[in-house]
Amino acid sequence: MPSEYDTRDNLYPGHMACAGCGEVLGLKLVLQAVERKAISVVVPSCLGIMLGPFPHATFKIPVFHGAFETAASSAAGISNALLAQGDDETAVIALAGDGGTTDIGFQALSGAADRNENIIYCCFDNEAYMNTGIQSSSSTPQLAWTATTPLGKPLKKKNMVEIMGAHEVPYCASACACFPDDLRRKVTEARKIRGMKYIHVLSPCPTGWRYPESLTANIGRLAVETKYYPLYEIRNGQEYTITHQPKNLPVGDYLLAQGRFKHLVQRDLDTIQEQVDKNWDELTKRESRNRSE
Amino acid sequence: MRMFLTGNHAAAYGARLARPQVIAAYPITPQSPIYEKLSEWDGQGVLGARMMRVESEHSAMAACISASLTGVRTFTATASQGLALMHELLHFASGMRVPIVLVNVNRSMAGPWSFWSEQTDSLSQRDTGWLQFYVADNQEALDTVIQAFKISETVLLPTIVVLEAFYISHFMEPVEVPDQRLIDEFLPPFEPPFKLDTDNPASFCQVVSQSQYAEFRIQRHMAMEDALEVAEVVDREYRERFGRGYGLLECYRLEDADTVLVTAATIGSTARVTIDALREEGRKVGMVRIRLFRPFPKAKLIEALNHAKKIAVIDRNLSPGQEGVFCEELKSALYSRINGIPVFGFVLGLGGTNVSPLHIRKVFDIAEKMNDAPLKPIVNIEDEDALGI
Ligand SMILES: Cc1ncc(C[n+]2csc(CCOP(=O)(O)OP(=O)(O)O)c2C)c(N)n1
Ligand code: SF4
Repeated sequence: MPSEYDTRDNLYPGHMACAGCGEVLGLKLVLQAVERKAISVVVPSCLGIMLGPFPHATFKIPVFHGAFETAASSAAGISNALLAQGDDETAVIALAGDGGTTDIGFQALSGAADRNENIIYCCFDNEAYMNTGIQSSSSTPQLAWTATTPLGKPLKKKNMVEIMGAHEVPYCASACACFPDDLRRKVTEARKIRGMKYIHVLSPCPTGWRYPESLTANIGRLAVETKYYPLYEIRNGQEYTITHQPKNLPVGDYLLAQGRFKHLVQRDLDTIQEQVDKNWDELTKRESRNRSE
Repeated sequence: MRMFLTGNHAAAYGARLARPQVIAAYPITPQSPIYEKLSEWDGQGVLGARMMRVESEHSAMAACISASLTGVRTFTATASQGLALMHELLHFASGMRVPIVLVNVNRSMAGPWSFWSEQTDSLSQRDTGWLQFYVADNQEALDTVIQAFKISETVLLPTIVVLEAFYISHFMEPVEVPDQRLIDEFLPPFEPPFKLDTDNPASFCQVVSQSQYAEFRIQRHMAMEDALEVAEVVDREYRERFGRGYGLLECYRLEDADTVLVTAATIGSTARVTIDALREEGRKVGMVRIRLFRPFPKAKLIEALNHAKKIAVIDRNLSPGQEGVFCEELKSALYSRINGIPVFGFVLGLGGTNVSPLHIRKVFDIAEKMNDAPLKPIVNIEDEDALGI
């Protein structure tokens, strides 16, 4: 099927991400969909490497590499500066990692959502601080190995999509770099809406998740097809839409394909499966609730 | 128009007259009246800027930086804890060469909690690459905010204009508020050489190599050095247009002065009264009030102090384990240029305690009586025995 998107590369070559990187794949898709009339903010993360060292550049749109915890506040500053100059056409897009979003940048993000700033915020979730090694963030899933959770992370992953949904932002979605059309459509959708848009992009990371780099597309698809990471949208904090019906594969298919989960035993898999099924039920309930309204 | 204004409101008028396009702010005592005044004008539709009521000073500064990079004039105001929270981004702002103007109302840093005047908050930001002005009254606050935009936009570095808590922020004084038309003639719209622009895409603030970084740092320093002259030129032009100028230093009754007080901000305006009284008594005393702290006007200070026999510095701040910051900076400026003048460092007025004309008289007395300047700052001016005089 021919894509409706301009698939010309909108990143110049030489992004310097690892081979098989899901984050750079997500970035490329997001930038395709946001098109050229956009200004971006990147904060320290693997994305900061991808945009290239001075004086080289990989982004074809303007980009400001701001301070780690300022993706949302920097984007809001740009958006207000554009509005002050009478420009409500140029999209402003914040691009940050999961650490920059769910931990250190969370306050600024919540503030921007509260003020309903006219920005698109994309969190590229590779489920740990990868740029500084592989350290655990609040987006690292339970039991995953990282360099700072050598026995597996004891705590659960923070559910950012629901948290942003609870801010009742006009648009909020989960997406995955391995579902290109779904991701691009969500960015296009976000671009049409005024106010705060949040898109959470699961971005498989062969380096940190410990799987062969040729498997990125499979890993991302398994995350979704096992219901471990459902793809959906929330409008105005109320209207839920599931955008991909998963095949309902067992979670072990996803987890055991990755070195960071290789220590999991059957009991762990059962517990996780139970949790995933429960979460899915809840999500479908929410979706049907807004259908019946 | 002549108005009766607090220092905070004078600063707010200065900001409004400069026509910033984006203002981002967060409340903190004693800065809040600036934020409220700007919001009031916003509510009346006369502000002309987009007000961002952000969730922290950190976000206020982040928004000012990126808005400035997008080509608009930006303003913010804060105090103590808020300024400290911005610290990381203050480096960022000067590194990105964005001419933000920030009003900081000097307030003591916690802990313990205190809300009164002390300069340690802004002086702690000494090395962030921002220009720093310390003002002595409400009129100077308004005028300096306007001057700051012009200086900053010329050298492409941000400026902090420092008002003292309560002594300026909440005191009311008659203030001449200039005509908007005249300010518009003085301060043309902001035209940055580069900006985030979809017609001319560029990457800002990328990772650089060691030597590139060194080059950026040196350029920032050179811009600071240029700012010394630019600040003088702008002040002169302001004086020509509005009849008020301040210089980088205020030199008060320096002619034939043997003992010279060096200080900053409102202690300077109090000192004028003391010096007048002492002069009546025939004592040869004078004052240099440091108005511009960064860049530090070394040559001007050396020139002003060339004939002094003794120098006394009063600092309303303290770098623990060292001394008052103005004293330290002054000594470093004088070293190897003017030899043999003892510099007596006094640390008074911490936590907003009052520095009265009587205190200042005592400072002159001590400096005149003592021969050698102690290595440690003098923090107690009442105990003459301890001072050995
Ligand atoms: C205030 C601050 N603290 C820490 C850092 C160091 N730092 C830079 S990138 C990074 C990790 C980023 O992780 P994440 O946001 O998850 O993005 P990823 O690298 O995984 O893409 C950290 C901790 C920083 N730049 N600034
Ligand atoms: S560490 Fe992971 S996210 Fe970062 S560039 Fe490598 S593969 Fe991509």
